[in-house]
Amino acid sequence: MSYKFFPHTEDDIRSMLNTCGEKSLDDLYKDIPEDLVLKKEYGLPEGLSEIEVRKFFNSLAQGNETLKCLIGAGCYDHYSPSVVNNIVSRSEFLTSYTPYQAEISQGTLQYIFEYQSMMAMLTGMEVSNASMYDGCTATAEAMMMAVAAAKKRNKVLISATVNPIVRRVVETYAKFNGVVLETIAEADGVTDKSDFEAKVAADDVAGVIVAAPNFYGIVEDYTGWADFCHAHKTLLIMNCVASTLGVLKTPGEWGADIAVGDGQSLGIPMNFGGPYVGFLCTSKKLIRKMPGRIVGATTDMDGKRTFVLTLQAREQHIRREKATSNICSNESLMALYVTVYMALMGKEGLKEVNELGYSGAHYLAEKLCELKGFSMAYPDKPFLNEFAVKFDGDIEDLQNVLLDYNGVQLGLKIADNTLLLCVTETISKDDLDEVVLTCKAYTEGEDEDE
Amino acid sequence: MGNTKLKTTTMSKIIEGYYYSESHEYVKVEGNIGFVGITDHAQHELGNVVYVDMPEVDDEVNAGEEFGAVESVKAASDLFSPVSGTVVEVNEALDDEPGLVNKDAYENWIMKVEMSDASELENLMDAAAYKAFIGE
Amino acid sequence: MNNTYYGKLIFELSKPGRKGYSLPKNELSEYSTAQLPENLLRVEEPALPEVDELTVVRHYTNMSNNNFGVDTGFYPLGSCTMKYNPKINEEIAAHPEFTGLHPLQNVETVQGALAVYYQLQRSLSEIAGMSEFTLNPFAGAHGELTGLMVIRSYHMSRGDAKRTKIIVPDSAHGTNPASAAVCGLDVVEVKSKPDGRVDVEDLKPLLDDTIAGMMMTNPNTLGLFENNIAEIAKLVHDCGGLMYYDGANLNPMLGKCRPGDIGFDVMHINLHKTFSTPHGGGGPGSGPIGVREGLEQFLPNPRVTCDFNEDGMVDYKIDMGEESLGSISGFLGNFGIMMRALTYIVTLGSDNLKWVGPLATLNANYIKESLKDCYELPIEGVCKHEFVFDGLKDKSTGVTTLDVAKRLLDYGYHAPTIYFPLLFHQALMIEPTENESKETLDGFIEVMKKIAQEAKDDPELVKTAPHTTPVRRLDDTKAALKQIVTWNELCAVEEL
Repeated sequence: MSYKFFPHTEDDIRSMLNTCGEKSLDDLYKDIPEDLVLKKEYGLPEGLSEIEVRKFFNSLAQGNETLKCLIGAGCYDHYSPSVVNNIVSRSEFLTSYTPYQAEISQGTLQYIFEYQSMMAMLTGMEVSNASMYDGCTATAEAMMMAVAAAKKRNKVLISATVNPIVRRVVETYAKFNGVVLETIAEADGVTDKSDFEAKVAADDVAGVIVAAPNFYGIVEDYTGWADFCHAHKTLLIMNCVASTLGVLKTPGEWGADIAVGDGQSLGIPMNFGGPYVGFLCTSKKLIRKMPGRIVGATTDMDGKRTFVLTLQAREQHIRREKATSNICSNESLMALYVTVYMALMGKEGLKEVNELGYSGAHYLAEKLCELKGFSMAYPDKPFLNEFAVKFDGDIEDLQNVLLDYNGVQLGLKIADNTLLLCVTETISKDDLDEVVLTCKAYTEGEDEDE
Repeated sequence: MGNTKLKTTTMSKIIEGYYYSESHEYVKVEGNIGFVGITDHAQHELGNVVYVDMPEVDDEVNAGEEFGAVESVKAASDLFSPVSGTVVEVNEALDDEPGLVNKDAYENWIMKVEMSDASELENLMDAAAYKAFIGE
Repeated sequence: MNNTYYGKLIFELSKPGRKGYSLPKNELSEYSTAQLPENLLRVEEPALPEVDELTVVRHYTNMSNNNFGVDTGFYPLGSCTMKYNPKINEEIAAHPEFTGLHPLQNVETVQGALAVYYQLQRSLSEIAGMSEFTLNPFAGAHGELTGLMVIRSYHMSRGDAKRTKIIVPDSAHGTNPASAAVCGLDVVEVKSKPDGRVDVEDLKPLLDDTIAGMMMTNPNTLGLFENNIAEIAKLVHDCGGLMYYDGANLNPMLGKCRPGDIGFDVMHINLHKTFSTPHGGGGPGSGPIGVREGLEQFLPNPRVTCDFNEDGMVDYKIDMGEESLGSISGFLGNFGIMMRALTYIVTLGSDNLKWVGPLATLNANYIKESLKDCYELPIEGVCKHEFVFDGLKDKSTGVTTLDVAKRLLDYGYHAPTIYFPLLFHQALMIEPTENESKETLDGFIEVMKKIAQEAKDDPELVKTAPHTTPVRRLDDTKAALKQIVTWNELCAVEEL
């Protein structure tokens, strides 16, 4: 059976079996009832050499087409400095386990501490955990956290303007966990404030989930919302797009109690949907209600500053069914992506990224709306780098044309006549001009057809 | 307290006149008020207490039911109320300094309960019975 | 190690005015975020570090030197299956034609990615003996939760809403009861017999029409095969419940036994254990779940399905099933991890996968038999991929399992899993994998014996270990009491 991943020679196996007092490898399975033992080989192909493995995946890759992304909706095509990938590929980080043995895991523990610090700064909150799976599950965890913190309430409200992809996950968790989830209505692209106030005033709401920016890219004004929530003993949960916090008012500044979202926009490749990293930040007084791992600073026997997993008694391996969450493995390595990215970018880099996105998006919005059939879905509503436009033609047909002619994914169709578009720093003015040109030709072509 | 694992055997303090539960809580009775905490034996088993999760004033507690938890670094144990009644006070000093439970578990009670049924005390152990129970 | 850098945080290397990035010039600067209403803009700037590129590279490179990984040395961490993470996995997963795909882009342009998902799903179904898998769950615990949601959905679809209890053995991983609680199920614990297996007599009285199912790890957390599994599965099925297989310990089963063939209805697999994807310091993992025939419709959305188009070509689709339990992930799970797992499966193939279980099992039994004179083996007999010692045989020295674990670090080994499972006070759980050579195991055995001797000759040496690691034993209590979890908080504390 000589194979590159198995160091055992025939002699080794014989001698080791001898130590065990067994005659064959099959004997090691004598405790499994005979009728339960698998008696055939797997119906899978035989192993491939590395040359063949590369060919196999290269051939699959031909079924893919990487595009210029004018689409966001929860995943953003941002630039990631080459240093990021270089650092996260180091096998000392990659091939280590959860840092339970702190003495030989200071590398992991220290970057998680840096990650927590940076996420707290970015969201304007006091504390952060070590990471969650993604933005959707982080939001669901925040919902359960609000219910746990409220003790005697199990109703949570979610705004209709939260990304439906996030809402779907939150709904699933609510259904099984026994949380009563109600929707706050939408009014002209933003959360209906009167509906919010009426529902919170019922004094039975544990938490309210809103989005910043919301699904349509609109930056909603939450002035006074936190105070209103707190007056009714309700927690305010904000789902954010991480990178936008470089310029937008933070959950901390809005007075929110829990900030959640996906950290993918901070240097993580799109990777067809994962792995990403969910963040969950909150106030110090809610730290014990927080799900997942937390790294804290302490000293070792010699008095040296060190880092260690702390408050573990909240977690599943100790608290079992009473734990704050069932999360165990999180997205540690993805937190390293975010940490190295933010270290390199700093506050100025994050600002520049947002400026480029804002400029591109507003330019595209303006140019598209000059074309026949295009108009802003929510005119006069402020947005950063994502926005909804109405198009009174066949959106899918238009998207296909852009795909074929420009190699562009023209946004996401979110309703029969509405398109959600997004621009990041990876899209140049030339790219945008080409898109507008193709759209122009398309709309004029439609005229000719008529 | 729930599944406290017995790791070490150290002689622990037991006070005469208090009532004890099998889950290692005690009640000191003054009139119809019960001072509830964890026993010295329990704090020994837990090690350094780093957090005490306490109920809120006016909460109703029932004998045998959970009312909070104590955490050390590597363990957590639920607290079960030995008596039924209404919480009239919680020991807020434990919020800032949970280690007080280790210093003196009897001085540093966790909650005061206005008992609704004093006959429940008869279901608890006295000092001698508790001493036998923990095998000392 | 460069001592100038050691222990510094990135914030301590910051100097205003430095930067570590380059971005294109803004050709559209007439549009600016300054045009947004002022009250929507952040007031206080984030105090992120200002550092140049080389400083960042050195900082994190030096930090990585304080870490221990599978590539560094032997990692006998029980229940975690720290097998070798092949380099080809990383190369394939970094393929830009896959990493550059947006999850919502036109489905015709992601056919290769969907083929990876579909083929991995089919391969896992074959290996596990299940009908269909979803790869959406992000980790083992997430898979457990999703699997329990499948079980509840099944009962609810039959109008059987009263089944709200789940049976979990006392030896189970902590995630089992925790996942059950998140899923809204009440946990009922079943006891183990002295031989470490589930006590069938203790199980029988628990079975009634409120039982949704039972979770089992097989081999269990003691590394022992639950040889009564057929009887247990029959009992649970007869009372209307479903059997859930916790795939944390699937590795020794490879080539020898399939969960689907021995009575399980729903299961998860940890790709980061059995299928060689890296642990990454605690994630990203991936926890696909498989179901037997008749439960596929409950799997979470979105689902990848396969069809043939007009030209007879394979056409993959992303569907939303109507009877599905709902969504548990934004998109299709940790796709990058799936790339690695499929690479592993096609690399080994049927002819090599079948040796994984037997060789992992051989390695575990070899260590167990070689050390049972020095360490307390509470349950004799053949184990599977891992086993548990109950501390040192000689308990008179006062040296605990924690001390032994810490002393191992001095000798360049990662520690085993300690104080789990809870059945033994001094649990020391050892899992070598199939990738370790006899020489590596012999080296480890020798050191374990040496530590047992040191415990007698010089117990203080062991109790104060480690001595040679980058840092010494840490003050956990101080960390829990002070809760300094950010740089801001650290700045406010003088002594650190």
